[in-house]
Amino acid sequence: MTDTTWDPTKPILEIENLSISFFTRLREIPAVMDFSCSVMAGESMGLVGESGCGKSTVALAVMRDLGKNGRIVDGTIKFKGRDLTHMGEEELRHIRGSEIAMIYQEPMASLNPAMKIGAQLAEVPMIHQGMGRDEAWNLARQIVADVRLPDPDRILQAYPHQLSGGQQQRIVIAMALMSKPALLILDEPTTALDVTVEAGIVDLVKDLGHKYGTSMLFISHNLGLILDVCDRLCVMYSGEAVETGDVIEVFDKMRHPYTQALFRSIPLPGADKNSHPLVAIPGNFPLPHERPKGCNFGPRCDYFQDGRCNAAEVPMFPVPGDDRHATRCIKWTEIDWDAPMTLKASKPKTPIGKVVLKMEDLRKYYSVSSGAFGGGSAKVVKANETLSFEAREGETLAIVGESGCGKSTFAKVLMGLETATSGSILLFDENVQSTPIQQRNTNTVSSVQMVFQNPFDTLNPSMNVGRQIIRALEIFKQGKSDAERYARMLELLDLVKLPRAFADRMPRQLSGGQKQRVGIARAFAGGAKVVVADEPVSALDVSVQAAVTDLLMDIQRENKTTLLFISHDLSIVRYLSDRVMVMYLGHVVEMGTTDQVFQPPYHPYTEALLSAVPIADTKVIRKRIVLEGDIPSAMNPPPGCPFQTRCRWKSQVPGGLCDIEMPPVQVLAGGHQLKCHLSAEVLAAMEPVIQIAAE
Amino acid sequence: MNTELLSWGQIIARILQQFLPVWIALIITFTVSIRYKRKLGLYGKLFDSPVGMVGFLLVMFWVFTAIFADFIITLDPIAQFGRVKNPLPGTPLVDPKDGQYAYFLLGGDHLARDVFSRVVMGARRVLTIAPAATTFAFIMGATLGLPAGYFGGKLDTVLSFLANLVLAFPVILLFYLLVTPEIRNTGIPVVLAAVLFIFPVIFFCTLFNSRFFTNPPKRNLYVGITLVIGLWAYFGLAFNLDPLGVWSMDPNLLNVFVSVVFVNSPTVFRIVRGIVMDLKARDYVAAGQTRGESAWYIMLWEILPNARGPLIVDFCLRIGYTTILLGTLGFFGLGVSPESPDWGSTIDDGRKLLSLYLHPAITPALALMSLVLGLNLLADGLREESLKD
Amino acid sequence: MLKFVARRLGVMVLTALALTFVVFYLTNLPPNLEKLARTEGSVRMTDQAVADWIVGNGHGGSVFGRYAEWIGIAPGWTLTDEKGVTRGRCIAAGSDPAAAPNYCGVLQGEWGFSTVFKKPVLESVLQKLGSTGWLMMWVMIVMVPVSLIMGVLSGMREGSRLDRSLSIIAIATTATPEYVSGVILVAIFASATAGISPILNEWGWISGRTLFLGTATSAMDGITFWNFALPVLTIALYGIGYIARMTRASMTEVMTQQYIRTARLKGVRFRDVVLKHALRNALIAPFTVIMLQFPWLLNGVVITEALFNYKGFGWTLVQAAGNNDIDLLLGCSVVAVLVVLVTQLISDIGYVFLNPRIRLA
Ligand SMILES: Nc1ncnc2c1ncn2[C@@H]1O[C@H](COP(=O)(O)OP(=O)(O)OP(=O)(O)O)[C@@H](O)[C@H]1O
Ligand code: SF4
Ligand code: SF4
Ligand SMILES: [Mg+2]
Repeated sequence: MTDTTWDPTKPILEIENLSISFFTRLREIPAVMDFSCSVMAGESMGLVGESGCGKSTVALAVMRDLGKNGRIVDGTIKFKGRDLTHMGEEELRHIRGSEIAMIYQEPMASLNPAMKIGAQLAEVPMIHQGMGRDEAWNLARQIVADVRLPDPDRILQAYPHQLSGGQQQRIVIAMALMSKPALLILDEPTTALDVTVEAGIVDLVKDLGHKYGTSMLFISHNLGLILDVCDRLCVMYSGEAVETGDVIEVFDKMRHPYTQALFRSIPLPGADKNSHPLVAIPGNFPLPHERPKGCNFGPRCDYFQDGRCNAAEVPMFPVPGDDRHATRCIKWTEIDWDAPMTLKASKPKTPIGKVVLKMEDLRKYYSVSSGAFGGGSAKVVKANETLSFEAREGETLAIVGESGCGKSTFAKVLMGLETATSGSILLFDENVQSTPIQQRNTNTVSSVQMVFQNPFDTLNPSMNVGRQIIRALEIFKQGKSDAERYARMLELLDLVKLPRAFADRMPRQLSGGQKQRVGIARAFAGGAKVVVADEPVSALDVSVQAAVTDLLMDIQRENKTTLLFISHDLSIVRYLSDRVMVMYLGHVVEMGTTDQVFQPPYHPYTEALLSAVPIADTKVIRKRIVLEGDIPSAMNPPPGCPFQTRCRWKSQVPGGLCDIEMPPVQVLAGGHQLKCHLSAEVLAAMEPVIQIAAE
Repeated sequence: MNTELLSWGQIIARILQQFLPVWIALIITFTVSIRYKRKLGLYGKLFDSPVGMVGFLLVMFWVFTAIFADFIITLDPIAQFGRVKNPLPGTPLVDPKDGQYAYFLLGGDHLARDVFSRVVMGARRVLTIAPAATTFAFIMGATLGLPAGYFGGKLDTVLSFLANLVLAFPVILLFYLLVTPEIRNTGIPVVLAAVLFIFPVIFFCTLFNSRFFTNPPKRNLYVGITLVIGLWAYFGLAFNLDPLGVWSMDPNLLNVFVSVVFVNSPTVFRIVRGIVMDLKARDYVAAGQTRGESAWYIMLWEILPNARGPLIVDFCLRIGYTTILLGTLGFFGLGVSPESPDWGSTIDDGRKLLSLYLHPAITPALALMSLVLGLNLLADGLREESLKD
Repeated sequence: MLKFVARRLGVMVLTALALTFVVFYLTNLPPNLEKLARTEGSVRMTDQAVADWIVGNGHGGSVFGRYAEWIGIAPGWTLTDEKGVTRGRCIAAGSDPAAAPNYCGVLQGEWGFSTVFKKPVLESVLQKLGSTGWLMMWVMIVMVPVSLIMGVLSGMREGSRLDRSLSIIAIATTATPEYVSGVILVAIFASATAGISPILNEWGWISGRTLFLGTATSAMDGITFWNFALPVLTIALYGIGYIARMTRASMTEVMTQQYIRTARLKGVRFRDVVLKHALRNALIAPFTVIMLQFPWLLNGVVITEALFNYKGFGWTLVQAAGNNDIDLLLGCSVVAVLVVLVTQLISDIGYVFLNPRIRLA
């Protein structure tokens, strides 16, 4: 289906004034309004924006797959000069999969569980090129090898569930490449994956894009990732494109207040919770049907000017001098873009007090049985191995590691939801390791509390906000009467900076960030001394993340709380923690102060982790270390060093010690601990992964 | 004496007229509900779904029929009128007394009882027994399904085995064994009733205790009231020992009731258990646990309210199923009592002469079908609407 | 896998034991035995005579002991009366007591004697099962394809007009129990006074008085379309609606899955999306339902056989229960329980094989 009329110097994809609405029973939801952008041949275009701003909707509109209630109400989408919006089903079918391919966020869900990988791949050329079965399977084999999967023949015969998440995502990419499409749409292709796996996929996508000359529309909420992958970028806010242009130009010379605010709210290297805190964007994202008049960003904009910004729809203004750079801000010429941001008063550092929590040689093993019929041999999963550390009053201790490394198990043991297999936990000098929560006294229980990861899950959907906080007060024996508790609940809402009127709201009427605040208020109801925060902001949008992190820090300062901050996001860890503990497969592989951990010498795993995190700063030079393979399953960890299957330093250890022997803990200067066989000289010779280029 | 049969037009007109109170009640219900549907939560959303509305209409028709049955019936449903067997629809009564309705609107059965009045009265029977039995089955299923799903392990294994045991029993066989007059003399139904009926009392006591134990006076009040009312009803219903005579149940009815609850609760158990296993992984459950809440608080106040969607849907379906079951019992002559106008027994009575006289069997058959259909449509509407935003 | 089957078989045996014991216990309750004594002996027996009859026919003693005898793990009872005649559980009338075996329970293949049919239980049950087998077979042949096609068609485009109409049909049939649909079907097709038969007769299209036969008794000797269609339809209707709804639910869920969207956006034709991508995933759940349908069919069978007077297993069950024919009832319940348990086992194993996501141990 090659179209001869198309001129390759014209954009391959041209979206003009696209408006899309979803029609629900109550109202029309205008998800995308007046959106324009174009992608040239071989170019990769990034689409960034917060959750719900309409990124996926644009992508699906290009595929013309908006579902039953979605409709393109205005505008055109031209692919190679042909208008997709008025194309018939049959014609679309020939374009889908052959000229435009799409990759989604969840690899597992995108593959048919009941079909072999090979069949799913081979299907594409069989449909579009009328290729024979054997030929198609050969092609599939070749592409599978292209996406750097080991043992392609085995993989072609496998079912999706037999592959790991990273492998599945590679298959999805392979599937998209089967018919060498001209345009590839990737909707958050790595969000569900671990950072080290993500780094591999991102590299792959970039290379393949160059190799096949494919244009890409890359959707992400992660600015760092966009910088890594894309040539151009389009920032979306509430259904509109607000700024578009070359990636480097937009990053360095942003011309829209929203883009600027976005960059100020993400923790780049150099941000610091005390001297250089993040600036959250005030207010909330408007719902599609509640957009303000005029500029959508108006209510949250620092430069808002009444009578101008809210007078009429704001058009896109081209920024002269730059390459197709445009912004949707009336005042863009008037704003002083280079003015340093007005720093919030820098806050004093919290003094670190006495030890409140001490763990020694903690182990937690689970025994699980495998197999569909409940038979099979029972296996022991070592979720936590010889965990030792202490945490002090007013301190933030970060626990970092990828999924399955045992972070959450550790939290459960500490909370008393599970009891440790061996070892001791001393909480305020009281031994609690074998005391399940039911047997702990109210004091102990209320002083160790937890903030959960998923804001949509953390509150009981059928109980109003006030009741949930009051319940915590009742359980913690706070207040003497119902009235007293009610008053205390209102104070707690003040503490987390929520309006008092929220007490009567149901959780579904709150945004993600607001729910997370309620969760924090609930955790502090009994005056918690130790708070375990399990990825408290990872499910939130960047603009809200900053505000919630700030809140946690403020409360910590006031109450001298010890914060155990569990996260996989190294940027935020660097920003707020005092000490860091890095875990891999249940082992603590490195522990030290934030500076010690983020500077060489590194543990080889920490090094890889640091290099995998995309950073949205053009000045940062990052060494790329791509780890091979996936994280081994905790069910059968490798012998010797847990990291040995993916370690690039292994050859530096003489005698193949890494394969046989569990490395000892080395204590370096300043109490910096490393669990590695590498000798002191090798460690000392390590180079930093991240450098900030001199300006 | 009047010997002319009524025409079908006249019959329909007269029936519509008899149902007047029902029409009025339906119109009021629907106007009010549609006017305020946005404020009524899930119930209000029902009025956005045509399927749900039709279902609700059918169900409410029978509910109001049951409520106003005394005004609707034309003749005494148990009395026999004359010696002519199986009078056709519209047949006049042989010699009506003063003030007595003069026609068999929908004919009469083989004992010359009025089919129309029997069907209307049957609605009352069905609509008291079926929802009550289903409610008991739900409480029992929930009280056992919650801990089975929540704790898992040995408890779950044992309870699931018992549930599967009951489920593996062919229902008909079970009824033939349980619902016989002989069994009544052995006291087995009373023992079963003693077990089944204690569950609501336990359920509500635990419910209040787990929530209010932090506030003893309030707790004592709620638990106390539950205990007084619960045990009073318990002794009345299960052992016929109510000194005031408010709570009592005919032994035969008790027998049927207990059997129906017994057969239904394992399915409810399985549903509840499944939902709990899903919901217990939620963060708000973990939040409850980290606060040190008791297991029963978490099950009853954190998990159960969030399981209400699927449970309400199943409740509707199950009332329908119970109605069918009661009919089956009647069909095999195991009904509440031979005189009783319940639909199953009436169908059973009528089917023997089916090829000659249709009307005694077809009327209750259509009644039962429309009620169950209504419940199914209602459940479908509810399910669909609760899935939408 | 073997271990799993072994464990399942263990649970099955345990369940079967528990269930037969319950049946045994309930049928052997004193009032039931008294009733039996009066039907077997004479209605005007004195209470004392009844008690003697019960003991004299081996119904005395503990219920556990008698259950063990029935199973065949305890020696059968023997009694020698005043005349010196020794009778016993294992002693056939008129045969030599000394030659009789000690044990004669189910394990030895002795299922007892039916008091209603005056025949050995095994023989009558097997014979009736044969009749019911035909019924079941035709029900399955009608029900499974129709319901699956209905479910898939309505589930593949949720909310379409086709879906709406098929769903209404499915709901209507599940809302109609056999005793209602049977009555209605007879009214329409097999009544001499109502439905279509009188009309057809008048037009001379049919020679008999009714189109279909209102009873299936003649099907015992030879199955014809005219005597068997109504009973088969009666049972199948309810099941059709039920399975179709399950299939529809499963199909609609599958159709909203991400991998279906992937297939669609690969450019797969809608027909192939349904047939190649959705169908296999969508049929996993209905398979279980169809297997679990067997035990439930048993109910339908009992009602339908009673309604159409077809002397099969269900009819036998009703006779046995109505007359408290203890041995026959036990035999029937063993069969019923086995049907339930075996189909459960098949459905579990089949589920695992159909579903590639579950790994075999
Ligand atoms: N099927 C639908 N019906 C109604 N509204 C919808 C539907 N799909 C999306 N929306 C609304 O359209 C808006 C844009 O959604 P979209 O999924 O495109 O956002 P997104 O930028 O991709 O977000 P995310 O980062 O979370 O993936 C949201 O407000 C969303 O609630
Ligand atoms: S138009 Fe006004 S409100 Fe909008 S971004 Fe520009 S300055 Fe802010
Ligand atoms: S011990 Fe060996 S394998 Fe493990 S991290 Fe150190 S160098 Fe790598
Ligand atoms: Mg999206």
